[in-house]
Formats: sequence, structure tokens, C-alpha cells
Amino acid sequence: MSGQKIHLVDTTLRDGSHAVRHSFTEAQVSAIAGALDKCGVSIIEISHGDGLGGSSYTYGFSQVDELRLIEAASAVVKNARLAVLLLPGIGTIERLEEARAAGANAVRVATHVTEADVSAQHIAAAKKLGMFVTGFLMLSHMSEPGAILEEALKMESYGSDYINLADSAGYLLPDGVRARIEALAGGLKVPVGFHAHNNLAMAVANSLTAIESGATYVDATLCGLGAGAGNTQIEVLAGVLQRKGYDTGLDFYGLMDIAEGIMPSIMQRPQVIDTGSLMLGYAGVYSSFLLHVYNAAEKFKLEPRDILVELGHRKMIGGQEDMIVDVSYQLSQGHGRAN
Amino acid sequence: MKRIKAGIIGPGNIGTDLMYKVFRSERLEMGMMAGVVESEGIRRAASMGVKTSVEGAEAVARENDIKIVFEATSAAAHQKNAPLLREAGKMAIDLTPAAVGPYCVPCVNLDKLSGEPNINMVTCGGQATIPIVYAISRVAGASYAEIVACISSKSAGPGTRANMDEFTETTSKAIEAVGGADRGKAIIVLNPAEPPLMMTNTVIVRAKDKGVAPERITESVTAMVGEIRQYVPGYKLRVPPMIDGDKVTVIIEVQGQGDFLPPYSGNLDIINSAAVAAAEKLAAGMLAGLGGEAL
Repeated sequence: MSGQKIHLVDTTLRDGSHAVRHSFTEAQVSAIAGALDKCGVSIIEISHGDGLGGSSYTYGFSQVDELRLIEAASAVVKNARLAVLLLPGIGTIERLEEARAAGANAVRVATHVTEADVSAQHIAAAKKLGMFVTGFLMLSHMSEPGAILEEALKMESYGSDYINLADSAGYLLPDGVRARIEALAGGLKVPVGFHAHNNLAMAVANSLTAIESGATYVDATLCGLGAGAGNTQIEVLAGVLQRKGYDTGLDFYGLMDIAEGIMPSIMQRPQVIDTGSLMLGYAGVYSSFLLHVYNAAEKFKLEPRDILVELGHRKMIGGQEDMIVDVSYQLSQGHGRAN
Repeated sequence: MKRIKAGIIGPGNIGTDLMYKVFRSERLEMGMMAGVVESEGIRRAASMGVKTSVEGAEAVARENDIKIVFEATSAAAHQKNAPLLREAGKMAIDLTPAAVGPYCVPCVNLDKLSGEPNINMVTCGGQATIPIVYAISRVAGASYAEIVACISSKSAGPGTRANMDEFTETTSKAIEAVGGADRGKAIIVLNPAEPPLMMTNTVIVRAKDKGVAPERITESVTAMVGEIRQYVPGYKLRVPPMIDGDKVTVIIEVQGQGDFLPPYSGNLDIINSAAVAAAEKLAAGMLAGLGGEAL
């Protein structure tokens, strides 16, 4: 595999948005996006953490409208593609057109791992806008390799330029990553990517396993900033891939310098595996739920672990942050296992 | 009791479930089930003694005694059928996203729509949430209202899947136009869990008037839930109004009546039940006006 080109997709300004409660400012975006662009990442993703249009009571309001943030990034990004995330059901084509006008030239259209067909409309619209499109399957631990390939083939048929598989709960162990990525790499014509969460301290190992299994795009963030225990730490992965002899085109020292120079002033909490994050990975719960669960636990005077376990039992998926309130209310009323 | 004859265009799952609801109605009876090809739905209707046709809206338009027509096809089909039905003097109840006529959420605005030849039933999520938005806005105002509708993957048909934006955009607009919010936002999530989950809906409203006594909001919402339960018995509050400053949160569950579609399809049950409830009110008006002699 030595010499194989690996594309780094930095999602500090998108998945990392969860970790700072969607408070990124234009100045922060300019600093981060500009510096990342100089370090050789292939794609820089930016938007509300839940994708375009995510600013809401349910997912948290953006402090600065994501369109202004996209404009700020667009002004400094010269080499990388500038991507946004779009979850059909939350974001719309109208919003995508606005993001395109603000300077985004790529979009990752994300659905739950079994629901790829809801992305057909948005992928087709993005292609019509001349954008580079990623079909993005979330919570991939909730389905099996063969079934995931079927969904990925749908996204490929709609026009995706590559397919990204996300371990959104940080639940998978390397063997689970290998089985899924090998199935996709063997069955798709387009390249395959992987998005890890570090809830079980597996993000770098799983990303490396994905690459060894055939993935050529991999998501990461500065300092690992992201939902739950965060994502794959880009400066660490850069070092690991360099030692393994992969061609990433990354400036390893440059990434370390951003992580140490810019990120500490932006981060609101240490990006560590605390009890809540560990429980996300253990129970297979969507990582973005974490801070909302902490809020609800405080409000309803509950143990966050109980809320997380119940969310896992109920098989809640990405976008169902509203059910954290429901679960908390039911638990506070003494309804142990509501429904 | 005298009944008004209703036609249904579109013998799919929605149309068939509507037919079962019409069978149960004391104001309506089936005049025709129409499709455009021979299908399982057409055969099922025929086997239950309903007049059928594969000539679509044209066939329904020719039936003089049909007064009310449910359109359960697609937006494109209804765009084409609406003028035909109007010329034939039929009242159209549109369950497609075509929205030729004004939005109708029966317990909120049906009485304001008299004289309209065509009403649109918004979306399933709209029928489930807009009454709650309205119940809050009528006592406390609403500068913003947001809803999250979660439906089971199994009850999301190909039409919904192919056009998620239609759901979010139509529902957002109706939250404003019917719910009374200055700005509306709608989100939809399809959850594939097995066994399928009941439809759940979260409504969050930013009230304009922070001084309203919480009991007034709770009373208003509770009264509205009671009204909806008259046509959707499986509609219930999971989380009663939670008031936090100017933010009011309500969570609802909708269990379907299991007429033709399974109980987890509360989303389809509520839009169909709302359509039939609207038709029944119209039929009652027609019966009163006509004195029954023409029927």
C-alpha cells in the first residue's frame, strides 16, 4: 500500500461544531480554514454540525449563520474543495443553492445507513450545481456489510463521486470497520471513505484499518474536535500515515502547529473520552447526542448514562436529538423503559 | 341517515385506507374508487362492492352523485385533475403536495375555508403538529415554531422518499400560514427500527408573550389534543407542555387506527383521518343545505 494517495477530509469546522455548541465565528473559520488549506487537506467541510439548516432548538442554534462562515472559509481556501454537509429531512436544496453561492463547491449528502434513497433528490441537485458529491452513510454499525453495499450502490447510482461510511457512534472495532470497508471497496466503482469517532479510543486505529481495507478518503479533525469523544485527530493520523509510507500530501508539522497554536483558544472543553462519550461508543448512540444529553440530565436531574442507554434501547438515530427530552421526561416520571 | 357520496382517486395504500375510513363514516359513502390501471387496490375495492374505474379523474367527474373527491395520487396528477373536478362541481380534498387550494388542518381552520372548491391536507407531519403550534400561538403568540416528525421507515412511501424537501418546505409554510407562527421550520427523520416505532412529533415554539400563565398554554394544548382525538383516537401527549422562559416544548405520539395500514403508520392515519374529518364536516353542511332531497 506504500505510496497510495490518501485524501484527508478535515471536518473540524463541521463535526467540530458540535463540540463548541455551534459557536464558530468568521474569524475562527478564517484562521482554521486558511491554515488547513496550506497543510494539504483535500476537502474542508464546514456547516452546522447537523448539516445545512441544522440551526434550531433541536440541534442548537448557530451563533453565526453558516452561510457567513462558508463565505469566510471560501475567501481563504485556495486549494482544497470546500464542502458542506446536508442531511435530507433537515437541509434542503434551496439551502444548498445558498451554500453554493456562498462558495461551497462540494457537498456530502448524509442519510441513515439503511435510508440511502432519500438522498437521490439532493445528490442529483448537487450534480446539477456542478458540485463534487459524497454519498455519506451514517451509523454504519447498525447494518451489515452486504446491506450497506446495497445502500452505497444506490448513492453511487445517483451520482456520488465517492461514498463515505461513518461510524457515527464510535462503536465499531477494527474488524467491523474492515468487513464494511472491504465490502464497499470491492463492490463500488467510486472510491470509499471513512469517518470515525473516538468514543472507544479507536478512531486512529479504525481509520488506519479503513485505509488498509481500501478506503482512500478519511475524515479527521484538528485535536480530534468533534461530537462525543471527537473524531480522528488529524495531526496524529498524519504522523501515522507518514510512518506507514502513504502519500497524503500533508504538512505534518503544519497541522501540529494549528492544533497547538489556534485550537486551544477555540475549544470549550477538553476533547477526551469522558463517561458520557464512552457510553455512546458502548451503547451505539449517535455521538452528537452527548452535549444535549448533559443538558437534559441537568434539567431533569438524571444520570446521563441512564438517558444514553435508553436512547440506545430505543434505536434512536441521527437527527433524533428531540427524543433526548422525551426519554428524560419519561425517566423523570418513573417510566423506566418507556415503550 | 343520508350520506354524501365520495370518490377516491388513487387506489394505493393511502386511497385504500381512506376507503376503509369512508366505510366507517356516518356522513359519507363510497361512490367510486378510481385508478389509471388495473391494480390490487382496484380489485380490492371492487371485491368490497365499490364501483371502480381505471379512467381516473374523468370517470369520477362523470359520476353526478359524487360530491366530494379525495385525491390520493401525486402532485402532478392532481395539478391535472383539479380543473376537471372543479368543472364537474366536485369538492376536492387534496392529499398530494400539489396544494392547488389552501392548506386545511380541520381542527384549526376548516370553518374559514367554506366556499373553497379545493383544500390541501398539507403533510402528515403538518396534521400532527400544526394544531399544537396553533394551540400555543393562540394564547401566547409564536415568533418561531419548529417541529421534528419521526416516522418509521416502513411507513414512508416512495413519494416521500423521493422528495423530502417537499415535506419540510410544505410543512414549514403551513406552520406559518395555519399554525400562526411568524417563522416555521420542519424536520423529518425516518427511523428503521424493528418493530417499527410509532410516529412521534416534537413541537417547540418561541412564545411572543412571556407573561402568559403556563396553565393557559397547557389548557389550550390539552383542549386541542381532545379535538384531534375525536378523529385520531391514537393521538396522545407524550410530554405535556414544558415551559422554559419563552420556549414551549410538546411531544406527541400518533398511533394509527389500523384500518388498512398498520398502527405504526400513525403518519398516514392522521392525514387520512383529517381528510375524512374535513369531508364529513363538508358533507354535514351539504346535507343540511340540500335537505337531502337531491340525494
